[in-house]
Amino acid sequence: MALLEVKGLVKHFVAQRSLFGRALAHVKAVDGVSFSLEAGKTLALVGESGCGKSTVSRLVLRLIEPDAGTVRFDGRDLLSLDAAALRKFRREAQIIFQDPYASLNPRMTVGQILTEPLALHDLVPPSQRRERVAEILRLVGMEPRLERRYPHEFSGGQRQRIAIARALAVEPKLIICDEPVSALDVSIRSQILNLLRELQDRLGLAYIFVSHDLAVVKHIADHVAVMNLGQIVETAEADALFAAPRHPYSRALLSAIPVPKPRAKRSRIVLQGEIPSALTPPPGCRFHTRCPYVAERCRSEMPQLLPDGIGHATACHRTSELPSSEAIVPVDGGFSPVLEKLVAAFSGGPEAVRGSGVSSLGTDPA
Amino acid sequence: MSASPLIEIKDLRIRFHGDDGRITYAVDSVDLSVANGATLGLVGESGCGKSVTSLAIMGLLPKQSAEISGAIRFDGFDLLKTSDQTLRDLRGNRLAMIFQEPMTSLNPSLTIGDQITETILRHRGGSRRSARERAIELLRRVHIPSPERRIDEYPHKLSGGMRQRVMIAMALACDPRLLIADEPTTALDVTLQAQILELMRELKAASGAAIILITHDLGVVAEVCDEVAVMYAGEIVERAPVDELFSTPQHPYTVGLLGSIPRLDHRAEQLATIEGMVPNMMRPPAGCRFAARCPFMLDACTKAPPPLVEISPGHLSRCIRAPLERLVS
Repeated sequence: MALLEVKGLVKHFVAQRSLFGRALAHVKAVDGVSFSLEAGKTLALVGESGCGKSTVSRLVLRLIEPDAGTVRFDGRDLLSLDAAALRKFRREAQIIFQDPYASLNPRMTVGQILTEPLALHDLVPPSQRRERVAEILRLVGMEPRLERRYPHEFSGGQRQRIAIARALAVEPKLIICDEPVSALDVSIRSQILNLLRELQDRLGLAYIFVSHDLAVVKHIADHVAVMNLGQIVETAEADALFAAPRHPYSRALLSAIPVPKPRAKRSRIVLQGEIPSALTPPPGCRFHTRCPYVAERCRSEMPQLLPDGIGHATACHRTSELPSSEAIVPVDGGFSPVLEKLVAAFSGGPEAVRGSGVSSLGTDPA
Repeated sequence: MSASPLIEIKDLRIRFHGDDGRITYAVDSVDLSVANGATLGLVGESGCGKSVTSLAIMGLLPKQSAEISGAIRFDGFDLLKTSDQTLRDLRGNRLAMIFQEPMTSLNPSLTIGDQITETILRHRGGSRRSARERAIELLRRVHIPSPERRIDEYPHKLSGGMRQRVMIAMALACDPRLLIADEPTTALDVTLQAQILELMRELKAASGAAIILITHDLGVVAEVCDEVAVMYAGEIVERAPVDELFSTPQHPYTVGLLGSIPRLDHRAEQLATIEGMVPNMMRPPAGCRFAARCPFMLDACTKAPPPLVEISPGHLSRCIRAPLERLVS
């Protein structure tokens, strides 16, 4: 059984009210989203700003209440939980935010930040909490002595480690990572990605990974759901999606990934026009205003998300008629042979280099 | 590299004097040049000095606190020695800049038309009507739909991608010779990023302007740049033609950066990481500034600052262990 099962999730925010408080306009942030997630796996939600991916992640945690739909976590119906049961559930599902400068209380020490969840959920007797905090810090690669420090004393990457540590403190089964590395520099980003991956292997965590960086998604996700204007337009195993995206929107998205390889082979699809407003999404297929393959039917009839035999689902009337999508994702060709060796040596640390029989060359600086 | 570059920076040093008397060594001995029609990528992580360098070119650093030395030669002027009046004549005219955050760099209380025509009238003169026509033309060039209508709108009515295009239109108003783009696509979604990069390529081909593109995104660099300069802790640590930088980097920091980006083509279990932290720029280390984080470090690295040395034609590295191939062959 899946750890998390989401069916027909809907959330409309009121965008404008009349003088008497009647809702005049709604933002259809999430409109009929369904997916499931196995324990220990990663589902990535991708799409442009405003597509509803962050709203979905908050609905799953019941941080906001959905207008319709069901969320089942570990067999329980989340939406029917009372306050006490909901609090228990919060132990099992946690969230990490994008901005580690805003998500940590500046007036609390790291130790206090990490002790709070232990105390709230009464997980560890007070006498053992310090020991547990030290353990959690070591788990995220930080030294226990740092518990006396305040968040402002740390760099962005270290703060994100603290945020991850706080999420781990309650031993959750699911962590929602909302753009967890978007605010970080490249070299720091790889540390956090490695850490998330390692923790997943070690602790069997499931992740919902919200991101607009598709190379990062390819690296970390098992499954991907592509969202456009509040709906999932395509969902598949990450490898299958990146090998051959089907929906015209996914094609455009993946074709635009910048790859670190000059003159990479690519056939970029540049979408024309603007993203339609979520206040008045277009009728029919919500992508039809920007779709290069639009047909008459797309303007009036909303396509269903239909899975094929291996679970690759697409919401497009023209799925079967579209041209092959094989050459759509840019080919970066990986590392050059020299770079491959250099990166391996770089990651191997000093021993890897000094031990490689080059000391006679290396000792005489040019 | 052609014989006379459009812009040439020689031994640029920038120090900031804090209120408490402490000095931050933001940029040190930076040499750069960009030929007409070429695109130079200036790459590095937060705080490496890449944006400060570009602000120095534009003459936008605060006079009270920033101590600048060296030379920035552009179009017959030394930008560090010209009068404020001359600088004002150059800026927005032959020298233009696009910033990362289009919302904060557009004036929210003026229509986009007012903001573009202001630039045109200031540098080109002429009538309001002709300036307005030019502004509409510029908006059309950056693919803003129905520019005749859009020109009277305020920035808040536009989406992020549109605002960035307005910024570009404004920068292009007087056909600049040099365009500095500071993270022009960082705040945008990939689909919009693709549109803006495409647009920059188009405009470069049409106008022949040189571009300095400041970014931390090596993917973007690979797509649009001809040459790349990698900055670390205020210094240029490597400079190379774009192909060479990505195939045979000659500075360990560049190797670390390239190894830390997830690749589409192969799923590495672990990404490379650069351990440690950037040095405190109030007390930059005596030797190589990257030494403390470098797995290839030797004792000699910490003794004296390494010079920027040409390893192969046009490929420079500030590392005494370069060429790095011999470390792994």
